Amino acid sequence: MKFSHLHFKTYLLILLMVIFGPLGNVLLGKGMKRIGALSIGTTVGVIDLLSRGLTSGIIWLGIGSLVTFFVAYMLVLSWADYSYVQPASSAAYGVVALLAHFMLREVVTPTRWMGVLLICVGVFVVGQTPPRTTEPR
Amino acid sequence: MRALILYLLIIGAGTGGELCVSRAMKVVGEVKDFRPVALVRFFAHALRVSWMWVGVTLMGIAFFSLLAVLSTENVSLVVPVTALSYAAGALGGKFFLGEKVTRRRWAGVLLVCIGVAIVIMGRG
Repeated sequence: MKFSHLHFKTYLLILLMVIFGPLGNVLLGKGMKRIGALSIGTTVGVIDLLSRGLTSGIIWLGIGSLVTFFVAYMLVLSWADYSYVQPASSAAYGVVALLAHFMLREVVTPTRWMGVLLICVGVFVVGQTPPRTTEPR
Repeated sequence: MRALILYLLIIGAGTGGELCVSRAMKVVGEVKDFRPVALVRFFAHALRVSWMWVGVTLMGIAFFSLLAVLSTENVSLVVPVTALSYAAGALGGKFFLGEKVTRRRWAGVLLVCIGVAIVIMGRG
């Protein structure tokens, strides 16, 4: 495996994670808001969650996005460190704030934007550390 | 209180699940062939690793907790709060996966935690 090829497939899969992870969360957020508050403390509450949640098209789109995210995530973890993949996917925090602002019309305050920015800086710093610190099995 | 418990489940079970899946993937080994048949074989192999099942179960618990909390909280607040998983992830990487967590990495984790606190305070 060439070094550049390894990087290419790593970046490609992380890009898929960054796109489909936030998209899935936003779609689920949109779907759940339509359903309203749920109680998961009882069996009836859980059944209510499944029956109302799993009949929503938006929620299924959200689940599809999260499945795509998870497949990319599993594949990239087969060769890359968890401690590399986790921070590298930090761009998702910016993406989700943008999606929440433009798709859900949620109010994202300047303070929250600052927090999201700091989170991205933090995970960028983490990402500067060696991507692999253990020997592959 | 309800939201706090759900946040703890999202962070604890979510990160624990990811660490278990990461461990399972290392057992399966690097994917080099991306043809559909090879990918099906890869996932079939992954499903035979017990760490995968533990990880998926924990991630399932985190997922349903996420669904529940999303029904009452804004997604732009919920998702950044789950960034606390980075602290849990660094600890798990060190003690569960045997990774070397350097001072620089811890500094990054601290920045993430401060960012999360700012997001919570900026809730309005």
